[in-house]
Amino acid sequence: MIKENAVDFWDKVMNLDRRWVYLSIAIVVIIPTVIPFQVPVATTPEVKKVFNFINRMEAGDYFYLGIDYDPSALAELDPMAYAILNHAFSKDLKVVVGCLSQFGVAMAETRLAELSEKYDKKSGIDYCFLGYRPYPAIVILTMGVDFRVTFPLDYYGVPLDSLPVMQGIKNLMNVKGVVDITAGNVADFWITYGNGRFGFPVALGVTGVMSADYYQYLQSGQIFGLISGIKGAAEYEELSGFETTGLASIPYQTLTHAIILIFIVMSNIGYFVTRGRKKR
Amino acid sequence: MKKQIPIYFVLISGIVMLIQYFVPSEESEWLFTYANDWVIVVGIFALALGIWSLLRTEFKKLKNPKEAFYAGTLLFGYFIMVFTGLKREWLEAGHLHMDLFNNILIPIQATIFALLAFYVASAAYRAFRARTALATILLLTAFIIMLRLIPLGPISEVNQTAVGWILAVPNMAAKRAITIGVGLGAIATCIKIILGIERTYMGHD
Amino acid sequence: MTTAEILWNTLAAILTLCVFSFLIKDNPLYKFTERLVAGVAAGYWTMLIYHTNFTDKVILTMQNRQLAYIIPILLGLAMWTRFSKNYSWISRYPIAFYIGISTGVSIPVYMYTSVFKQISATMVPFDLTYAGINNIIVVIAVLCALFYFFFSKEHTGTFGVISKIGIYTLMIGFGAGFGMTVMGRVALLVQRVIFLKDYFIALKNYFVA
Repeated sequence: MIKENAVDFWDKVMNLDRRWVYLSIAIVVIIPTVIPFQVPVATTPEVKKVFNFINRMEAGDYFYLGIDYDPSALAELDPMAYAILNHAFSKDLKVVVGCLSQFGVAMAETRLAELSEKYDKKSGIDYCFLGYRPYPAIVILTMGVDFRVTFPLDYYGVPLDSLPVMQGIKNLMNVKGVVDITAGNVADFWITYGNGRFGFPVALGVTGVMSADYYQYLQSGQIFGLISGIKGAAEYEELSGFETTGLASIPYQTLTHAIILIFIVMSNIGYFVTRGRKKR
Repeated sequence: MKKQIPIYFVLISGIVMLIQYFVPSEESEWLFTYANDWVIVVGIFALALGIWSLLRTEFKKLKNPKEAFYAGTLLFGYFIMVFTGLKREWLEAGHLHMDLFNNILIPIQATIFALLAFYVASAAYRAFRARTALATILLLTAFIIMLRLIPLGPISEVNQTAVGWILAVPNMAAKRAITIGVGLGAIATCIKIILGIERTYMGHD
Repeated sequence: MTTAEILWNTLAAILTLCVFSFLIKDNPLYKFTERLVAGVAAGYWTMLIYHTNFTDKVILTMQNRQLAYIIPILLGLAMWTRFSKNYSWISRYPIAFYIGISTGVSIPVYMYTSVFKQISATMVPFDLTYAGINNIIVVIAVLCALFYFFFSKEHTGTFGVISKIGIYTLMIGFGAGFGMTVMGRVALLVQRVIFLKDYFIALKNYFVA
């Protein structure tokens, strides 16, 4: 009787309606909003390298920040952009911000407006926001030679030549490096057409979906650092102390991962139990 | 005229840009910069073409009572963004155009993609079964990677090391083989395009 | 939060819930948001392209008498002949221009980035240290995975064993990719949950205050 009930149970597990899975995820993801808790985040060398790159620069040093993501990847990448910009502005670094994704422009503008007010930074003096151009690979190639050819004016319509921040900065070879935060193949373009053609240092902040695809470039030195998804963002927040939703997301991630892993284990036990019965 | 000249166009511009890479001179750099910048200018017109095409389709749909409401919704969204963005400075933070972007586009697009969390959980539950040796390896690797987000005391430390090793050694090797393959494939395709063997980009007569 | 911020956030929260309603089944609320976002995105893009690209790269270049830019402008205008049955062939010229330039610049950089750099990074010293052993594993795994993609020879005998190791390596790569994907997808959901939580807290505080 007990054995039959067990078999029935595993049959049900194997044929569970997908909506039960949805409901479980929905319940689990709400738990940390009701019962908040913290989860420690271990930092990885690839994120530390990006942090050190920003941290070791001195006031007045330049770097290029690419905000190349859409709202669809905002959850993972916006915390990285926020922490890096905070970190850079707090150290008085000069930032050249560009967008190779059309919707990245609005998100970059929102963040720049917020943080420039916080740190009393002025567009054209402390940072330059280039805006957007189509065809990322081609734009990277032209920025490698001269910013002013592709972007005669900045996002606000001011000629680049008249901006104090751009005096003495001709192209991407004049900045200490590029940190590109992206959710698409723009990352490949920075490696291929940026580092590949001109040799300037590139670090990437990418979504979790993409991150496993960039370790070969990390090992070959074509990128010097890699921030992977929301965990990478949380690591950067932990290192820099500038928090938005990166570290706050980790408890939700922990519980959701736990329920997904339980589902995987249950489904495999069910598979072996029912397969054994079918064989008999 | 209709097909041959564009093919010669590709051949000449492709070869010139290829040779340019090996000629480090001011003239060569000038050619490289402006040829690429011209492509961007052409691209701006191409993007406008996409928008025009979308609007044409939606205006046609307005005539069909079944599709009129949703076509109207799209056009409403389109024109409200156009009217609120008529001046360049209205594209800056704090203006209505940006508020609409932040409170309509961001929540909808972000939530549409958030639905994938449910689907990925459902897919993991249904498809992640150790049916064969290959499936077992896939399952175990994903399991170890996913486990790193769960604090398990001393096990977590071992797991972090294992994750680091998986990503930096076997995963890296697999992705490197794919990168080399893709790179060789891309080069072969580029050569075929320049030589006029691959012409699908030209469409049909 | 100000009243305006509360109203904007209410709109965002309603739209978020409309999209989540798709989990139960496809419905008019979801379809409405889907069409609305397409329109808003296209409208945003139109004005962005007009103000920051068309103005800067077309109008300004003509105003500054940079006459060389007439060529790409004419090529760009030629794209619009696609709508004409008789003259759509003219649009092949700008396409050919773009394709020619981009393929020409791509060959050397792809060769360098995806082939030379990757091969040279694989040729690293072997020894019996932890790093050295990992290097041996990388060389074997890369070679086996490359052999797996070689379909001109039947995968039997020694070659079959090598390609088998190759496919196992690839499976580890795909498994790692899936593990990271779960984190990515969950992050998207978590961000929306955190947004809703913050919104409801702000709403409560607004009315209590």
